[in-house]
Amino acid sequence: MKTSKLAGVVLSFSLIAGALAGCGGEKSGGSATSGKGGDSITVGANLELSGGVASYGQSISEGLDLALSEINEKGINGKKIVLKKVDNKSEAAEATSAAIRLATQDKAVAIIGAATSTNTLAQVQVAQDNKIPIITPTGTNPAITNKDGKVNDYVFRTCFIDPFQGTVAANFAVEKQKSKSAAVFIDSSSDYAKGLAAAFKSSYKKKGGKIVAEEAYVAKDTDFRATLTRIKSKNPDFIFLPGYYEEVGLIIKQAREIGLDVPFMGGDGWDSPKLVEIAGKEALNNTFITNHYSSGDPEEQIQKFVEAFKTKYKGKSPDAFAALGYDTGYYLADAIKRAGGADPEKIKEALAKTKDLQLVSGNLTLDKNHDPVKSAAILKYENGEQKFETKVNP
Amino acid sequence: MELVQQLVNGISLGSIYALIALGYTMVYGIVKLINFAHGDVFMVGSFMGFYSITILDLSFFPALVLTMAACALFGVAIERIAYKPLRNATRIAALITAIGVSLLIEYGVIYFRGAQPEAYPGDVLPKETISLFGLSVSSQSIFILGVSVALMILLQFIVHKTKIGKAMRAVSHDADAARLMGINVNNTISATFAIGSALAGAAGVIFGTYYIKIEPLMGIIPGLKAFVAAVLGGIGIIPGAMVGGLLLGVIEALVSALGYSLWRDGAAFVVLILILIFLPSGLFGKNVREKV
Repeated sequence: MKTSKLAGVVLSFSLIAGALAGCGGEKSGGSATSGKGGDSITVGANLELSGGVASYGQSISEGLDLALSEINEKGINGKKIVLKKVDNKSEAAEATSAAIRLATQDKAVAIIGAATSTNTLAQVQVAQDNKIPIITPTGTNPAITNKDGKVNDYVFRTCFIDPFQGTVAANFAVEKQKSKSAAVFIDSSSDYAKGLAAAFKSSYKKKGGKIVAEEAYVAKDTDFRATLTRIKSKNPDFIFLPGYYEEVGLIIKQAREIGLDVPFMGGDGWDSPKLVEIAGKEALNNTFITNHYSSGDPEEQIQKFVEAFKTKYKGKSPDAFAALGYDTGYYLADAIKRAGGADPEKIKEALAKTKDLQLVSGNLTLDKNHDPVKSAAILKYENGEQKFETKVNP
Repeated sequence: MELVQQLVNGISLGSIYALIALGYTMVYGIVKLINFAHGDVFMVGSFMGFYSITILDLSFFPALVLTMAACALFGVAIERIAYKPLRNATRIAALITAIGVSLLIEYGVIYFRGAQPEAYPGDVLPKETISLFGLSVSSQSIFILGVSVALMILLQFIVHKTKIGKAMRAVSHDADAARLMGINVNNTISATFAIGSALAGAAGVIFGTYYIKIEPLMGIIPGLKAFVAAVLGGIGIIPGAMVGGLLLGVIEALVSALGYSLWRDGAAFVVLILILIFLPSGLFGKNVREKV
């Protein structure tokens, strides 16, 4: 009787253990090779593989897989990187618990993720407490790396931050479009738009331009004709419009109708096929956006990446998320190499000292806030298609 | 010159408010009910127009007529199911029911098709910018203004020259007396809902072709603005709704023109408050003394 009870206990334990092991996903490198020893290095990936923004996480994961398979061909100091992916279901609470699991159970030396700013912010405390570096490929909110004037020293990112796009747009306006008087039209209900607009205004003025009109709207507005007529009467030669695609589409359409034909420019918030549907292909001519990268950039390194990505994923063209996922793999590998081992503390220091690292999305150098200073791609709309226009350095 | 351009902007916006306001005012005139679901009939109309243009491949006018017919049926259905059983209940009960119907329609649409916006195809109407003395007016806004005015004239004709219009005026004046005179009050009320909803449906299609983007919650703000327009003109009075709508559109355009675009929605509701304080019966309203 006693033995059968014991057998039951053992059996149920092994069941639980099995279930726990199953949770980890199939990418697990096995517990035999812990993060620090052996001939492999465990890196965690905490990504949005399902849920609301699953397409972001999927793209990053594809780019990251491609980068790691290239890196592991040669190995880093004779070691291979083993990636342990965890799905945070696009939820902040899941992202926190996934980060805890990766840091404490899987002994990952670094965590890559998450895709969105919210889910990355949910991991910041875990990284700081467990002294393990995390790198978000695409979280653009300034608060991720820097809170109340203090740098979160274990948190890094591969992308540029929101206000940087405003600076790039101002440089582009003055230098390439020869603009002298610009108007700014912002969504006053969005911090993203306000951040971009503030950066645009200060850089534009510094370059000697004059802001002739500043107008605002609120998300979900539909009629912008009156405000646009007002802007038109001030005769700007460039309009900065850092909003999201729904209103931007309507604004550009209505602007062209009242004969406001000057160039419009915005940030990555425009980047959606719906924009073309709402504004119409013709109205979008002579408009520009800043983005992290463009697959149409003729540079050799970028074309090599686009080619490799298409081969691996059946002709799929890599979007900005995939490119940044790919770059994050190389960014981390470079730091591990310079750290000379798999000690999270040394990797963190190496990451912070990254300088002039040539990546697909530009030349990466970190500033003192752990924010990359790198070039942005400028895309132009031509008959509804995004065409690579130029690259602007900060 | 800029001022004239702004007036043109305001009138095209106002003609859409006016079309929606007509439905509010007609329904209020006849059953003394503020039909808060009216803005959602407008939304359903713009989706019906969208689907008849994209899926049934119709051009503008057939789509407009089809949508108006479908919205008329929809409006009658709402009246029969939700409001008729409450005909003799307190007015507040009917008002709350109207809000409930409004939420049901909004979230019903979200349930069936999701909350993402839809874009009207850009080539429904010929698109040309006409320049007149330095003014830029798109041919669409002139066309839309024309359609709105035509619909309002048609409505005036129905109300003043037809039998059903006479019945509507009679029921609105005194429902009990009208019943004694042999008028079928229930059918007359249904007809009012049908006409009002058809106009809201037309406004929906016009809105879609003019502003392109439509989404399930798009009816809320235009619905409230149209309500303000109806009160501005004097609720229950048909010419008042037209004038109120156009006036409100112009006021909003001028507020934006002065550089206070963020106050535009606020201005509409300030107008409502001022009207309720100083002219409670509206611009066209008569001061009716209540018999005690």
